[in-house]
Amino acid sequence: MRLLALAATLTWQSCREDEVVVPTEYDLIPEHAMAGQGVQGMYLLNEGNMGSNKCTLDYVDFVQGYYVRNLYAERNPTVIKELGDVGNDIQVYGSRLYVVVNCSNKIEVLDARTARRIGQVDIPNVRYVRFHKGYAYATSYVGPVQLNNPDAVRGAVYKIDTLTLKPVAKCTVGYQPDELCVLGQYIYVANSGGYMAPNYDNTVSVIEIEGFKQVEKIPVGINLHRIRCDAQGKLWVTSRGDYQGTHSNLYVLQKKRGRNEMEVTDTLDIPCSNFCIHGDSLYYYSTEWSNYEQRNTVTYGIVNTVTKEKVSDAFITDGTEKDVTIPYGINVHPETGDIYVTDAKNYVSSGVLHCYSRAGRRKWSVRTGDIPAHTVFIQN
Amino acid sequence: MGFCGLYARSGQPVADSAKVIREVVVRGELQPDIIPSQQLKGEQLGRLSGLNVADALRFFAGVQLKDYGGVGGIKTVNIRSMGTNHVGVFYDGIQLSNAQNGQVDLGMFSLDNIQNISLYNGQKSQIFQSAKDFNAAGSIYMWTRRPVFTDSAHYHLKAALKGGSFGLVNPSLLVELKLSDRVAASFSGEWLSSNGAYKFRYRRKAVMTDEIVYDTTAVRQNGDIRATRMEGALLGTFGRGKWMLKAYNYTSERGVPGAIVNNVWRRGERIWDNNSFLQGSLEQDFSPRYHVRLMAKYAYYLTKYVNKDTTVMMIDNVYRQKELYLSTTHLVNLTRWWDISGSYDVQWNDMDADMYGFVYPTRWHHFLSAATAMRFSPFQMQGSVVLNHVHDRVEMMESPGNKTVWTPAFFASYTPFPRVDLSLRAFAKRSFRMPTFNDLYYAEMGNARLRPEQVTQYNVGLAYKTRYRSKGLLTQWSLTADGYRNFVTDKIVAYPKGAQFRWTMLNLGRVHITGLDATMGLTLQPVKELFVTGKLQYTYQEAYDVTNPADTYYRDQIPYIPWHSGSAIVQMQWRAWSLNYSFIYTGERYNQQENIVYNHTQPWYTSDLTLARRIDWKKYRIKVQMEVNNLFSQDYDVILNYPMPKRNWRLTVSLEL
Repeated sequence: MRLLALAATLTWQSCREDEVVVPTEYDLIPEHAMAGQGVQGMYLLNEGNMGSNKCTLDYVDFVQGYYVRNLYAERNPTVIKELGDVGNDIQVYGSRLYVVVNCSNKIEVLDARTARRIGQVDIPNVRYVRFHKGYAYATSYVGPVQLNNPDAVRGAVYKIDTLTLKPVAKCTVGYQPDELCVLGQYIYVANSGGYMAPNYDNTVSVIEIEGFKQVEKIPVGINLHRIRCDAQGKLWVTSRGDYQGTHSNLYVLQKKRGRNEMEVTDTLDIPCSNFCIHGDSLYYYSTEWSNYEQRNTVTYGIVNTVTKEKVSDAFITDGTEKDVTIPYGINVHPETGDIYVTDAKNYVSSGVLHCYSRAGRRKWSVRTGDIPAHTVFIQN
Repeated sequence: MGFCGLYARSGQPVADSAKVIREVVVRGELQPDIIPSQQLKGEQLGRLSGLNVADALRFFAGVQLKDYGGVGGIKTVNIRSMGTNHVGVFYDGIQLSNAQNGQVDLGMFSLDNIQNISLYNGQKSQIFQSAKDFNAAGSIYMWTRRPVFTDSAHYHLKAALKGGSFGLVNPSLLVELKLSDRVAASFSGEWLSSNGAYKFRYRRKAVMTDEIVYDTTAVRQNGDIRATRMEGALLGTFGRGKWMLKAYNYTSERGVPGAIVNNVWRRGERIWDNNSFLQGSLEQDFSPRYHVRLMAKYAYYLTKYVNKDTTVMMIDNVYRQKELYLSTTHLVNLTRWWDISGSYDVQWNDMDADMYGFVYPTRWHHFLSAATAMRFSPFQMQGSVVLNHVHDRVEMMESPGNKTVWTPAFFASYTPFPRVDLSLRAFAKRSFRMPTFNDLYYAEMGNARLRPEQVTQYNVGLAYKTRYRSKGLLTQWSLTADGYRNFVTDKIVAYPKGAQFRWTMLNLGRVHITGLDATMGLTLQPVKELFVTGKLQYTYQEAYDVTNPADTYYRDQIPYIPWHSGSAIVQMQWRAWSLNYSFIYTGERYNQQENIVYNHTQPWYTSDLTLARRIDWKKYRIKVQMEVNNLFSQDYDVILNYPMPKRNWRLTVSLEL
């Protein structure tokens, strides 16, 4: 009888079944709603390895204390091949969530509360998105199509009407533009030139929003990546370097006295992969491969954005930073000051989201999708 | 008169007509293997529906195929979960190698003129062989058809035309000439074209309601291929020796269809290959006790890789590889029961590419082997050891140090009863894979400090076959079963480096493999003139990642290795008709390291059916063969996001003279 049962199990297991919608998983986390709390939750976008189509969306529910893993497919079961391949950015604008899926050449637009799909904007090799007065601005590695010069396709910033979800204009910038930042009447774009190695781009493109034209290119450093503004209207820019002789670096751009043009005022000589500005503190981490040691060197720190000086070599203070293999994303809770760091591990297995108190003690950790990277808070 | 003789002794197909080109495989072996290989040959191979060698290898126990789909999709195999780079692939006795990535695309090798495919676990357990034959963890030997002339025939001619689904057109021609009593020549050529535009389907159901939430059928794009293969050989004998000279060229242009992901249904990468080699062997018995074989090969591989997809990085690279190989093998029969052999091989590889940061590596690889074989009935045993010495030289960076690795192997078999074909066998072997040029020197990713990846294998098993044909329904049967444990250490894996999808290679992985391979063969004769043969194969494998207990995938099954897999072939022969049914099963597996629901991949199983008829007309022998592959039109991926074709057809007409 037992043998029969075993045989039955084997037969049942050995047959192909209908593929079902990728299930969502729920984990409990020690978070609960506090009176007057404005931040309801945080979306986490997992990039997924290239070609795996495993870009997934997770959600930290601060109100009910849940970690919701991989919710896109269950919320949007009819979307063919789910969210897509390699997520690269996630932002909220109004009541909508904008998910940039790089290798699926699209920006997915969702309802921020339900994560249900509203539409998509097709943009080739799209990287990052920011907003200004009803328009979304997205960087793309693909600008003008130049038939005779295929090696040197400049990137562009696409202007997208958030009502119709259609691109309405395109502005050519430098090579392989990554992050962008809206400040005043300008959009600042960090050009990487990542496809051009070793001839990396080294400029920040300045687009005048009204005319949607590139008006200036500011030389900063090779292979630029992040660009964010602080409360004083300064721009913080990171470079990746060339992974060999030139290290990653952190730059500050400020307006020239009495002028509208920005210039590099400080080079901090701090390697920086990613950062988050919270108040006057810039939390950063850096991951660099050491050929000599045959392992990654990971550093953390805090920079005061007013004095532009490093004030701490660590924001994780309880020694748990050794549990992080490859930090890949960072964010700070705008109300509690809790610090969130994602760990991408080996890029081809589940990552981890760690939550640290503002004092730097680990509160909890939870398993994520593959390559957890980009986070955004949802306000009430 | 028709084709009636079937599987006589040992399952070898024997034809009864003098007009038939006898399918004889000459392999210059003096002693049988201590542990015989798994084989597919002759008519049996011809009736399996398949275009290339990879299609046939699916029917071997212990083999897992990675198939990216379609006629032009890359097809590689691993044996007993040890990874593709541990498989030695030999074409007419000399190894095909690829210094760039260490993998041979078996989809490039047509079954058209292949006479025999053998798979050996461990190594070919003979000792009159080159040092490279002792080196790999598992080996596949492809033997092309050799001309054998009977009576008054001075030439043979075979022309075939295949056509079918996805715009497949595949004419081929074989000419064999008897130049003199001692020299024969053969030429084999084919042209293959397919648009690769097959339909595939993705479908999802809701968990609770069973409602279909999406169901989409699309056509695979950019999977077209055009390929030409040309092969010429001269074969001869003299005094107490024989020689062979072969020239081979394969050119192709194909699209790389790429992964199907959300919003992307078409990609723009293309690959051009132009692979040529010239190889020769010379064998002489200087005395009844001293035998020598010399082999030489020169190969030139050119690959051009272009990406025209404007949405991603433009690529236009040409890679050139050159290889020179020389081998000398000596065998001495010391006594009637004791042989010793020694071989020295040397191989030079050179690679050149027009990409930024390329270091132009050159490799000198020396192989020195010593082996001995002893037979005292009922025991047979063989011991061998290979010393490898590798010296690389690169430009623009410091060359890594020389690597010296030695690999011992021991094979034994025991036949307890003189009148029964039952043998017990065992082997233990250590082997390694050398880091490839890509592993060591590929821009950004390569790591010149890599050590060779090591494997230790232990195997015990038994084989039984009926010695005589018996009367009744079941006339003959055979059975083999082998259990094994393999230990992979210093496994070369890609490891993230810094941030932003950058990788390097590290000797990081450890894998423990436990497996069972079983095969069974049957010959039945239910009624007069109806012959049925069956071939069954089953593999069970546990291949656990034991790299680090802190990993989330510690002791999880490694990617793309199913626990259960197997195949069945049933061939029926009635007068001039033959029918072949083959079934392949690959059980559930995971597409990434962690065995979690998000990485789960469903089992797949396909049925292929082939119906053939021979027609003898005047002095021509005509064969018409109709194939249906994936009979039940299963929609499956072997590799995640690389969909396989639904039901498809092929028709082959061949004419022999």
